[in-house]
Amino acid sequence: MMLAKTAAVAALTLLSATAAIGQDSTASPRTFSSGYRFVEMTGEELFANVCQGCHMPDATGAIGAGSYPSLAGNKNLEAGSYPVFLVVNGRRGMPAFGDMMTDGQVAAVVNYLRTHFGNNFQDVVTAKDVQDARR
Amino acid sequence: MQNGSVIKRRDLLALIGTIAGSSAMYHAMTSLGFASESAYKGPLRLEGSPQGASVLILGAGLAGMTAALELRKAGYKVQVLEFNSRAGGRNWTIRGGDSFVELGGFKQTCEFEQGLYINPGPWRIPYHHRALLDYCRRLNVALEPFIQLNHNAYLHATRAFGGKPQRIRSIKADFQGQVSELLAKVTQQGKLDETVTKEDQEILLQSLRAWGALDRNHKYSASLDSAEFRGYARDPGGGLSADPLPSDPISLSEILRSRLWRYLQAFARYNFQTTMFQPVGGMDMIGKAFVREVGDLIRFGAKETQVQQNGTGVTVSYVDTADPSAVQQATADWCICTIPLSILSQLPIDVGAPMKNAIDALPYAASVKIGLQFKRRFWEEDEAIYGGISFTDLPIRQIAYPNYGFNRNGRGILLGGYLFEGANSYEFTAMTPAERVKSAVEFGAMIHPQYKAEFETGVAVAWHRVPFTLGCSGEWSEAGRAQHYRNLCQIDGRVPLAGEHASDLPAWQEGAILSSLDAVTRLHERVVKT
Repeated sequence: MMLAKTAAVAALTLLSATAAIGQDSTASPRTFSSGYRFVEMTGEELFANVCQGCHMPDATGAIGAGSYPSLAGNKNLEAGSYPVFLVVNGRRGMPAFGDMMTDGQVAAVVNYLRTHFGNNFQDVVTAKDVQDARR
Repeated sequence: MQNGSVIKRRDLLALIGTIAGSSAMYHAMTSLGFASESAYKGPLRLEGSPQGASVLILGAGLAGMTAALELRKAGYKVQVLEFNSRAGGRNWTIRGGDSFVELGGFKQTCEFEQGLYINPGPWRIPYHHRALLDYCRRLNVALEPFIQLNHNAYLHATRAFGGKPQRIRSIKADFQGQVSELLAKVTQQGKLDETVTKEDQEILLQSLRAWGALDRNHKYSASLDSAEFRGYARDPGGGLSADPLPSDPISLSEILRSRLWRYLQAFARYNFQTTMFQPVGGMDMIGKAFVREVGDLIRFGAKETQVQQNGTGVTVSYVDTADPSAVQQATADWCICTIPLSILSQLPIDVGAPMKNAIDALPYAASVKIGLQFKRRFWEEDEAIYGGISFTDLPIRQIAYPNYGFNRNGRGILLGGYLFEGANSYEFTAMTPAERVKSAVEFGAMIHPQYKAEFETGVAVAWHRVPFTLGCSGEWSEAGRAQHYRNLCQIDGRVPLAGEHASDLPAWQEGAILSSLDAVTRLHERVVKT
């Protein structure tokens, strides 16, 4: 069907990994990354362009033969280091995003998640926290 | 050779196979020059009686149905539990009238014309996937060529050549020609004297002229010689308009900076070399062929909730997807589990720590495929592209042309985007199906402007949103494989695993089948011994 290494290597060799190259003309313009790494910078945009693929636009997750956990009103987000660790390193079927996001991007999306969707954790995770979670 | 006293090689092989079993035959074939490239050793011959042993198979994809077919043939009592209401798993084809609900509840109904289809999962079969091809032959699945390399398809870079797509033929010929010219130059300057003998240098120069389409001065230039490789400004014709005109090569610097060279490996790698195949009528013809053999063994709509085992047998709990309130149980002496690890890692399962850790260690790749129907086959009519794939650095990554129904009037389907891993795969997964289709049309129109007038309808499958896999395929890292792969494949008590995730051919159907054959063989050895 396809070959993982090729795609990743080819993507990494792209000229620029920092410029968005196309946008939707609809009311909510979409950002598309041009390389292996994400160009979205805000927590809101990272959630909408990455996390919601599995955890859904309202963060309530989904159930099929297996399930994607709901992140809405989720007490597991209380310790900020936990979601930081999962985003950086992945867990079970969930891919690791540590190589696709900077420390700042991981912190941004975790902070967004911890203050939206019925979550209200006011302490902020920092890029330094993310750095510490990288194995 | 005279009369019949000399034994033919094929007869000798049949004899060895009959007397010594398939493994001896495989070694004989290898030493005689056959079959060296595949791990497939020919149809399974499970010797010895299972003496009434039963096997419960979880999952009716290609791995599960291969196991069912072989085990029943060997005398086992077999039952299969399948989550979906159809068999095949990722071996799947979407046709007009088909409906599909992805996770999140987004429903699509395919509006393709009768006879047109898209393969959202696997779509091509390398010639060296001998196990899959053998099952296709045995189960009467008709194959046709899958065109991986079409010299007249495009390579496209957003920032090169003013965004104008380039024919694969030209980029390939020009890259080869320019590199040949460079190498010829340094050879003639004596810079290879220390590494290449004088005699070999002469042959090298001859070969560069032939291989790179260089002129007598070892230059790659606009000429009828280079045109024969890169294409003509005016093709040879008939009568008074017969004169062909050469075309102008693209400079080495332009090719290098465009980065278009990086797509050339898509035709060079072992997995993508000719000949490739596809089943006539859609990839799911393979799954349907297996169903003809083992369909009576499959219990559909069964969602597994727990796998338990002890010294005497295996018990699997499941619910009916239409009525999940009542937990039911299936029991057997053994269980072959082909459930994707993205799902199996969430189930309670009685296996030891090594296998459980392996089950928990595999992330699943993101991938998206988008099928688009157009009013006419403009890629053939306007651009003479018959099958094959165009590559681009746009988020859609590829446009693939149908390898069937060539040169017909009327509608056709393009694979309007095929994303695998990388940021764009996640970005497309995060969209609604309608947004994916809309974006694929907008991006594709930058390569084929006809999209705007000719597009009719589309479907989009994002594999992380597919309820029965939660992802495209196992994404092994080298470290993960080194640490966990063997533990994943060992039989734990009465439970072996199978599927593409338990193979070294991740995401290929061949991997699913080979892993299943390997698990079945080891399971049978154990059963016969006890």
